[in-house]
Amino acid sequence: MDLLNALVAFLNFVVIPAASYGAQLAVGALGVTLIFGILRFSNFAWGDTMAFGTMAVILLTWLFQSLGISIAPLPTALLALPFAILITSALLLGTDRVVYRFYRKQKAKPIILVIVSAGVMFVMNGLVRIIIGTQEQNFADGGRFLISAGDFKAWTGLAEGLAIKGTTAVTLVTALLTMAALFWFLQKTRTGKSMRAFSDNEDLALLSGINPDRVVQVTWVIAAALAVIAGTLYGLDKSFRPFIYFSLLLPIFAAAVVGGLGSPMGAVAGGFVVAFSEIIVTYAWKKVITYVVPQSWAPDSLMQLLSTDYKFAVSFSILIIVLLFMPNGLFNKGK
Amino acid sequence: MNTRAIYLFAGVGILYVLTGVLLSWNVSLNILILGLLSAIMALGVNMQWGYAGLFSTGIVGSIALGGLAVVFVSGNPVPEAFAAGGWQAISGLAVAVAGIAAAVAAWTYMPAGRARNLAVAVILIGGFFLYRGIFDPAVERIEAFDPATHGNVGGFGLNSIWAWPVGGVFAAVAAWAIGKIALGLREDYLAIATLGIAEIVITAIKSEDWMSRGVKNLVGLPRPWPVPYEVDMQADPGFLAFCANWGLNPTTTSTLAVKGIYIVMFAIVLSLLIWLLQRALNSPWGRMMRAIRDNEVSAAAMGKDVKRQHLIIFILGSAVVGMSGAMYVSMLGQLVPGEYTPLRFTFLIWIMVIVGGSGNNWGSVLGGLLVGWLWLIVDNAGPLIMGAVTAGMADGALKSHLVDVAPQLRLLTLGVALLLVLRFSPRGLLPEK
Repeated sequence: MDLLNALVAFLNFVVIPAASYGAQLAVGALGVTLIFGILRFSNFAWGDTMAFGTMAVILLTWLFQSLGISIAPLPTALLALPFAILITSALLLGTDRVVYRFYRKQKAKPIILVIVSAGVMFVMNGLVRIIIGTQEQNFADGGRFLISAGDFKAWTGLAEGLAIKGTTAVTLVTALLTMAALFWFLQKTRTGKSMRAFSDNEDLALLSGINPDRVVQVTWVIAAALAVIAGTLYGLDKSFRPFIYFSLLLPIFAAAVVGGLGSPMGAVAGGFVVAFSEIIVTYAWKKVITYVVPQSWAPDSLMQLLSTDYKFAVSFSILIIVLLFMPNGLFNKGK
Repeated sequence: MNTRAIYLFAGVGILYVLTGVLLSWNVSLNILILGLLSAIMALGVNMQWGYAGLFSTGIVGSIALGGLAVVFVSGNPVPEAFAAGGWQAISGLAVAVAGIAAAVAAWTYMPAGRARNLAVAVILIGGFFLYRGIFDPAVERIEAFDPATHGNVGGFGLNSIWAWPVGGVFAAVAAWAIGKIALGLREDYLAIATLGIAEIVITAIKSEDWMSRGVKNLVGLPRPWPVPYEVDMQADPGFLAFCANWGLNPTTTSTLAVKGIYIVMFAIVLSLLIWLLQRALNSPWGRMMRAIRDNEVSAAAMGKDVKRQHLIIFILGSAVVGMSGAMYVSMLGQLVPGEYTPLRFTFLIWIMVIVGGSGNNWGSVLGGLLVGWLWLIVDNAGPLIMGAVTAGMADGALKSHLVDVAPQLRLLTLGVALLLVLRFSPRGLLPEK
C-alpha cells in the first residue's frame, strides 16, 4: 500500500494529460458548437480549418525564429497566434462569402451544407498539404518542463515522478483565458448577446433588428480564433501532421454533442468528458493498482481496458450513448 | 440514356484512350479497372443518398470490411494457429455478441427504472470482462504462432471470387447494426456516427493482428477465378505460340490480358447491378423510396414505414460497397490497412456521386470513371506535369517542394470541382429525370 505514490502516478499519467487534451478538445468543440448554433450545420471542414490555422502559426514561428524574435521561456508560437488568427479569419470569411453564403440565402437543408463543408475540407486539406507538405512538424520551442519528473522525485523523495510539461501549462492557461474571453463576450457584449439571440430563435432575432450578416461574420472570426488556438495547442503538445487533424474531428464532434450542439458550456464540459474517458479507458492501470493493493495482489496484466489504438472507439461510444439516451446533450434541457 | 449521357461517356472514353496512347495502355487499363470499381462503390453510395437521402460518411468502413472478407474466405489456412485458439477466439466473440444482445433485450423488455439501468450496466460490464477473459488468451496464442509470416488465424483458402458476396454480407451486417443505432437521428448525426464507426472498423483491421496481420499486411491472397497469373501465361507454350504468331511481346500481352479479364469481370458485375437497380428504381419500390426521400412526412402519412425502408436501403447500399471492397482486395492480392483513409474511400466516392448526378445510376458510373481517372492520373502524370511547369525554375528547395507536393493538387482540384458542381449544377452532370 502506497497511496501517495499511487496518487502521484494517477495525476501524472491520467489527470494531467487528460486535462491538457480535454482543454484542447474543449476549445475545438466550442468552435463546432458555435458554428452549429449560428449557421446550423456540422462543419466537417473543422479539422482542416484547425490544420490550416496551425500551419499559419508554424510558418510565422519559423519567420520569427529566423528574425531572432522570441518570448522564451514561452513558445514563439504564442506570439504568432494573433497573426495566424487574422489569416485564418480572412480564409473563413472568404470561404463564407464564396461558398456558404449562397446556401444560407437559399435556406438549403443542413445536410447540403454538411456536404458543402466536405468540399471545403478537401480544398483546405489540399492547401495545407501543398503549402507545408505532409511531414510531421515540431514547432514547440521555449521551456520543456515546468516541473520535471527528476526534480519532483528529488524534492519529495517519492518513487513516482510528477512532470508538468511547459506545453501542458501553456495549454491550460491559454485555453482557460480563451474560454473566459469567449464567455465574457457572449454574456456581456451587445454582439455576443445578439449572437445568442440569433442562435436561440433566428426569426425573433431578425425581428428585433439584429443584422444577420454581421452575426455570421463575427461567428466566423471567433471560429477562426478557436480553430487556430485549439490546433496550435494540440500541435505544441503533440506534433503537427495534417492527417491527424482530420481525425480529431471525431472526438471534437463527440465533445460538442455530449454537451449539446449549440451550447458553449456543454462543449467545454464535453471536451473534458471525452478526454478523461479516453485516457481512463486506454490507460494501463497496472502501476497505480500495484501501489494501492497489497503486494501479493499485484496484477500481472497491464490492466488496460482497451488498447490505445481504440481511443476513437471511446469518443464514439460516448457519442452514441448520448445520442441514444440524451439526444439534446447534457446541457440543453430546453430544446 | 440520352444524347447528353452518350456524349459525356464518349468524352470519358476519349480520356482513357488518350491516356493509353500518350502514357501507356498498362496505366490506362489499370485506371479503368479502378474506375469500374469506383463506379460500383458510387452506385452503392448513390442508393443511400440518391434514392433515400441518407448521408453516410462510413463508406471506407464498408470497403474495408469487404476487403476483410477476402482474408477470411481466401486467406491460406493456418491450421496450427487455428488449433491454438481459433474456437476460443470465436466463442469469445460470440460471448461479446450475446452480451450486447442480452443488454438490448433487457433494455427493451424490462420496465423503465433503476432496476433496468442496473441490469444493463451489469450485463455490459460483466460481459466485457468475460469476453476479454476468453478472447485475450486465445488471441495471444494465435499471434504467437510464427509471427514473422503468420500470426493470424488464417482463412478457408477458397477462390477469392467467393469472397465478393461474403464481403457484401459483412458490410450488410455492420450496416444493420449501425442503422439500428443511428438511423432516425438527425441527418448530420448520422454523418458523424458513421464517421466514427468507419474509424473503429479501420482501427480494428489495423491493430487486430490475429485477423489480418494488421499493418504487417496480409499478402499472397489468391486471384479470383478465372484470372490467370502472368508468370503462368508466359510459361504456357500455347500462349507463347499465339504471341509469336501475331508478333506480340509475351510479357506486355500477358499483363494487358490479365487487366482485360479483370475489366470484363468488373464490367459484368457493374452491368448486372445497373440492370437490377434500374428495374428497382422504376418499380413501385423505387417510387416509394423517392417519395420518402422527397417528403418523409407525407410518405409516412401514406402508411410507409420510413425508418424500416431507410434501414433496408442503408443495408443494401452498404452491401454493394462492401462487395466492391472485396473485389478490390481480391484483385490487389493483399490487404493493406494503411490504404483505407476516409479522404480516399469515403469523400472521394461522395464526389463521384455528386459530380455524376445524385439519384441517377448512370451518373454514378460516369462520376466513378471520370473522378477515378482524375484522381489516379495525377499519380502517373502529376510529377511529369509539375516537372514541366517547374522546368524553367532554378533548382532549389522551392522547386523540389513543388514537385513533391504535386499529388496533393488533386485534393484541391477535386474540392473545387465538388463546390462548383454543388453551386452551379447541384444535380450533377447527368441529372435524375
